[in-house]
Amino acid sequence: MHIETPHFKSNARAALADPQLQRALAGLPGGLVAQRAAARDRLPEFEALRDAGRDLRNDTLSLLDVYLETYEKNATAAGAHVHWGETGREACDIILDICRKAGARLVAKGKSMISEEIALNAHLEAAGLEVVETDLGEYILQIRGETPSHIIAPAIHLTQEQVEADFRRTHAALPEGRRLVEPAELVSEARHVLREKFLTAEVGITGANFLVAETGSSVIVTNEGNGDLTQSLAKVHIVIASIDKVLATREDLASILRLLARSATGQECTTYATVSTGPRRPGDVDGPEAYHVVLLDNGRAELLGSRFREVLRCIRCGACMNHCPVYGAVGGHAYGWVYPGPIGSVMTPALIGVAKGGNLPNASTFCGRCEAVCPMKIPLPGLMRHWREAEFEDKLPPLTQRLALGAWAWLARRPRLYHLAMRFAAAGLGAIGRRHGRFRRLPLAGSWTRHRDLAAPQGRTFQQLWTERERGVPQ
Amino acid sequence: MTTARDRILSRVRASLGANDDAARKDMAARRIAEHPVTLLPERATRSGEALYAQFRALLEGQQATIVEVAEASAVPAAVLDYLVASGLPASIRIGEDARLASMPWTDTEGLTVLKGAAEAGDRAGLSHAIAGISETGTLVIAAGRDNPVTLAFMPETHVVVVERHSIVASYEAALAIVRERFGANGMPRTLNYISGPSRTADIGGKIVIGAHGPRRLGIIVAG
Repeated sequence: MHIETPHFKSNARAALADPQLQRALAGLPGGLVAQRAAARDRLPEFEALRDAGRDLRNDTLSLLDVYLETYEKNATAAGAHVHWGETGREACDIILDICRKAGARLVAKGKSMISEEIALNAHLEAAGLEVVETDLGEYILQIRGETPSHIIAPAIHLTQEQVEADFRRTHAALPEGRRLVEPAELVSEARHVLREKFLTAEVGITGANFLVAETGSSVIVTNEGNGDLTQSLAKVHIVIASIDKVLATREDLASILRLLARSATGQECTTYATVSTGPRRPGDVDGPEAYHVVLLDNGRAELLGSRFREVLRCIRCGACMNHCPVYGAVGGHAYGWVYPGPIGSVMTPALIGVAKGGNLPNASTFCGRCEAVCPMKIPLPGLMRHWREAEFEDKLPPLTQRLALGAWAWLARRPRLYHLAMRFAAAGLGAIGRRHGRFRRLPLAGSWTRHRDLAAPQGRTFQQLWTERERGVPQ
Repeated sequence: MTTARDRILSRVRASLGANDDAARKDMAARRIAEHPVTLLPERATRSGEALYAQFRALLEGQQATIVEVAEASAVPAAVLDYLVASGLPASIRIGEDARLASMPWTDTEGLTVLKGAAEAGDRAGLSHAIAGISETGTLVIAAGRDNPVTLAFMPETHVVVVERHSIVASYEAALAIVRERFGANGMPRTLNYISGPSRTADIGGKIVIGAHGPRRLGIIVAG
């Protein structure tokens, strides 16, 4: 996928000024937030399950090499072909090779964020294959030539009217005057159009929400059932999964599933969770004749040894972006690469480098809601802070910003001087601003005062007030 | 020559500061052999009427229909009634499942029973669930020759038969049934957890029942 991340600031400005996008964003995240809260309230053990989920993922990651080998051994015993790709390019080549050997012309695809990460569709299409996304949201994006703006609700940035226009434009063979008013009518049309694709595709590609070492299985979690049709009707099923997806046992899968849908959409569970083990067996009347799994590293193994290791616990529920005020204001596309929202702000610099992705960890108010809702308790603001430090150390921000930050840091590390300076500042600003109680304009604070007034300090610093309070001076 | 596999695994080990040692392998093997249960919420520990009531309420909350019959021999007639009540032709396709095969299909006048994988024109498919799970209102289908997976996803209507005694409290309890049937590390080709008819919210965030999979899920609880 093309990297737009360096242009985050201008993309965010454009997103804020886009009325269509703002209309699509207005209602949706709020709904998901309320639904998650309701699901959590229905399950008294939810917080305890989060702790257990975090510990379980940490335990698994600390033995990741062993579980990967166990997974491979058991998957192979069940008839799977397991492949390893160090980079996105390698994984793409492996998949193209499998498609060619299967004589594929049409490839049906279930939803997979990893495939976005490695730009799989472009790779297959360049080799002359037709690739059809079958998740409804992904299908809509494909016919629009867009990328997902959310990891579980990829078309969340679009309105129903936009989808109707796209269907009328793309499904030109259908009667012009047909009714497409209700969402159900649009869904029905997509079902009809895509069913044909499911039935003719030679290869079906899905992602994997998880892999299970105990049984050598891959797991997909869906509501539409498209992933199951994708993997059941084609001759060849290819699973693309990153190496961090492996769990030890089916019991561990159950523990994680208790958190995933509740955190994502507020459902008790998704409509479908499918655990696949190997290709069709003797006597089977359906299912793929061959089953391949491509295990992708693409930077994860190194991430495991870095201070960003905790991000590998992520189960891709999307709760962090649903609860993020920045995501809610600008949507997912402004982030400029595959993973938006707080998780993207931590993942992206790790995967494409801080020089290109360094904008993202700065696009946070550090309000902490993402960490508070993360089912795996990933300390997202803390990890974003690490990236800000790394960016500063690499001298990536503009010189003026670095000088200002350097000066601030110098001052902040000298408490006496700092308090003295703050006293002068508070007293000075307090005296100047006393008449109006606020500032309409202030030198060096133009970015703030352009949009809102700055309240004038009341003359004394917090430290002074606190000290007086401790001494019992009446306030 | 080192392979991508070797390089990835050695990078993982380097990152973990770990060796390819026996102690770590033992730890993983023990977790798999013991497959400990991490934490069961209260709702996954219910029994008797409370267990069944939760199963039923959750599935009905997801727009599934539940029909209860006293014994397995009454299932074919219940399937026919369900198809007719849903305005569908009296025809359904099934696999080779032994439990289903033992039911009196041929005695049920007016009902056509087809065998095999789902075909494009099929209106309804029938599966047998090896378990039901109360905590989330979920059916567990071990798909393969006995219960072709396409029957659960291609036709617009999916009917599932589940015995009352195999509806259990939790995923973990259902896994005990899976292990009993397929061996300690064994699995059917696909183990399908199904908790309602298919759905999507991808258009304007509104939930629509009936996406790519079935629009209708009928459940016959026997016994």
